Amino acid sequence: MWNILRTRLLQGQRTTAFPASAPELPPRFRGRLALDPSLCDEGCCGCVDVCPTNAIAKKNGLALDLGRCLFCSECVDRCPTDALTSTPDYRLATTSREALTLSGEPLELAQSLSADIAKRFGRSLGIRVVSAGGCAGCEAEVNALSNIVFDISRFGVHVVASPRHADALIVTGPVSQHMLGALEATYRAIPAPKFVIAVGACAISGGPYAESPQVEAGAASTLPIDLFIPGCPPHPYTMIDGILRALGRPVP
Amino acid sequence: MKHTPTGLHPLSLGGSVPLASLEPVAFSQFSSTLEDMVEAGGRLLSLFARPGADSENLLYALLARRTGTDTEASDHSRTTLNGGEHAFALGILCTQVTDGYPALTPALPAAHLFERDIFERHGITPEGHPWLRPVRQWAEQEVPWPMHALEGDEVHEVRVGPVHAGVIEPGHFRFQCHGERVFRLEIALGYQHRGLLADMVGAPHKRTIHRMETVAGDTCVGHSWAYAQTIEALSDVTPSPRAEAIRACGLELERLANHIGDLGAMAGDVGFLPTASYCGGLRGDVLNLSAAICGSRLGHGVIRVGGVGFDIEDELASTMREKLAAIRTAAARANTLLWASPSAMGRFEGTGTVPTDVARTFGLVGMAGRASGVDVDARRDFPTAAYRMHPVRPWLKQHGDVYARGRMRWREIEASFDFLEQVLERLPEGELRIAEAEVAADSLAVGIVEGWRGEVVHLAVTDAHGQLASYEIVDPSFHNWIGMEMALRGMEISDFPLCNKSFNLSYAGHDL
Ligand code: SF4
Repeated sequence: MWNILRTRLLQGQRTTAFPASAPELPPRFRGRLALDPSLCDEGCCGCVDVCPTNAIAKKNGLALDLGRCLFCSECVDRCPTDALTSTPDYRLATTSREALTLSGEPLELAQSLSADIAKRFGRSLGIRVVSAGGCAGCEAEVNALSNIVFDISRFGVHVVASPRHADALIVTGPVSQHMLGALEATYRAIPAPKFVIAVGACAISGGPYAESPQVEAGAASTLPIDLFIPGCPPHPYTMIDGILRALGRPVP
Repeated sequence: MKHTPTGLHPLSLGGSVPLASLEPVAFSQFSSTLEDMVEAGGRLLSLFARPGADSENLLYALLARRTGTDTEASDHSRTTLNGGEHAFALGILCTQVTDGYPALTPALPAAHLFERDIFERHGITPEGHPWLRPVRQWAEQEVPWPMHALEGDEVHEVRVGPVHAGVIEPGHFRFQCHGERVFRLEIALGYQHRGLLADMVGAPHKRTIHRMETVAGDTCVGHSWAYAQTIEALSDVTPSPRAEAIRACGLELERLANHIGDLGAMAGDVGFLPTASYCGGLRGDVLNLSAAICGSRLGHGVIRVGGVGFDIEDELASTMREKLAAIRTAAARANTLLWASPSAMGRFEGTGTVPTDVARTFGLVGMAGRASGVDVDARRDFPTAAYRMHPVRPWLKQHGDVYARGRMRWREIEASFDFLEQVLERLPEGELRIAEAEVAADSLAVGIVEGWRGEVVHLAVTDAHGQLASYEIVDPSFHNWIGMEMALRGMEISDFPLCNKSFNLSYAGHDL
């Protein structure tokens, strides 16, 4: 007993100060990419060629789809100018799929999903998580949200076991054919009003599995998605930021 | 067995074998050599088929052959040293079969899932296989396929999944029970099947390394390293000692994060919350060290073919050492509480036992294998540069219960801290990444990495143009899922979550 208390004291305070202050991220963290088409070389298609998920298109100007992006920064390394750069900005969540395509304008970050959602769930949100062909990377980071460092229960957000107790559904993975039915059944079992969060490149677009015949190209192929949280996997801060935004709660 | 058995082609990590040199032997010789070698303490690492025209199919077995004498590990938990009596050699054996052949499984149970896989992927029937069921590529209408059923008064069946209660991957579990007592658990997987292997034909594509990093998300370094080894072996590229050391740091951080996290989860499952919550935070501290190297908490970007994507400069190495020392102290504190709690230990001890003979018979690998007395660790048996410089001495435990797996994890945590301390003290010199070279045509090569769960094996065969013609991935979970099934026999249903956490097997790595 004394040992437990002593260990507790020695451990100190572990919970992050975020969102009261901006999060601390490692110097090599690869966040949102930034695009400056005016610097893009006419004849160069280096980024398009190297991108593993074909997230970059260069037709009528340069466009980069954060929903497909794995944040590998191969395009940045390849870019001979500064048309493509990597930033430490961890804020990536949007409420529409189109908003994820960057073409030089600032990223339109997610906002409160609706006054009703903010009112009902702003202080208490139960989330059911379904992995549908995910590698367990996004799942691991979703799990991290409940640890003592990120502790989303501070915001009244908790992961629930039964869809009947849930208000929202997090989908991870590209949605494998074998999980399609179970995913849809889980969604149906959640009482309305409800909303769906696609976490990670796979759930948003199929990610590196988009071409695979054994998967759908992400959760949008079968469910209406209300919140998109890009990344491979998204950093826990990126997820908290997105969820709080969707609930209309203040974030830095 | 000092001589190389006839027909067995020696193979080394980092080297490739021309397909033409792999002469098929008669099937009877193939099966008897396999049985003899496993009998003599060898292991089956992979068994796979390459279909040919006119039903001329080739069957390959990748073996680890014991080249020293077999000494029974009898002490309670003794260490085993590198080399000497524990030396293993890799070998590949090949035979030709038609659309069917007498199943190897009855005499060699470790082949059971490999043969199911061969049947499912290529339609080659292992005749007489005792349980020829789908592995991962089933069609929707096949579910549920005929599974074990128990009949009689007062028996019942509990079905769980594919969607489970927590944030975990999907799988379908069936418990045949009498009251709370489980007679048999059968696990049906395949829900995470993403078509990884099919996509490797014609690879490497630009997406390939990213797919390899996500074979199993918690084994990013393990799988991407095994892939890189395979391609490097085919193109005769040897990464620099520095690159090899950085890779090993990535791998040991991965081991630390997962073992610490799982010990916390095991504590949480028996309601011992102090250790559960501390470990959750400490696991994150380790992940943050991975992110300090490569920007990704899960190690994306560490491994690239030919070397590594990121350096560990002196300054970073010394901050990492400081942080590791602090994490080590805190982890020791958190776990001392767990081991000192009689109620937690009461739940760990004697729960979910896999006896040594069962573990050997089914070819269990890695941490779970060692907890059941199976003396196997690729870091010792097939060491790469960094592990030759800084040998890791595997521990063995004999009991094979949740307690043994828990203690095993703690021992491995300590060993990884030691290893990282040594390696980060002075990283060898060398180029970060060597340019990719031409891949050998019509050849075969393997990659073997001791991931945190156990042995990760990748195996590639190239075509006449030096492109991948077929690819095999064996996640340690592929060997060990049956261990979970065996562990639950005679237990209570309520023991399942704890047993499950003590193994923490991968669904994605199995389902590919
Ligand atoms: S950072 Fe994103 S857009 Fe750039 S190459 Fe990688 S996946 Fe493609």
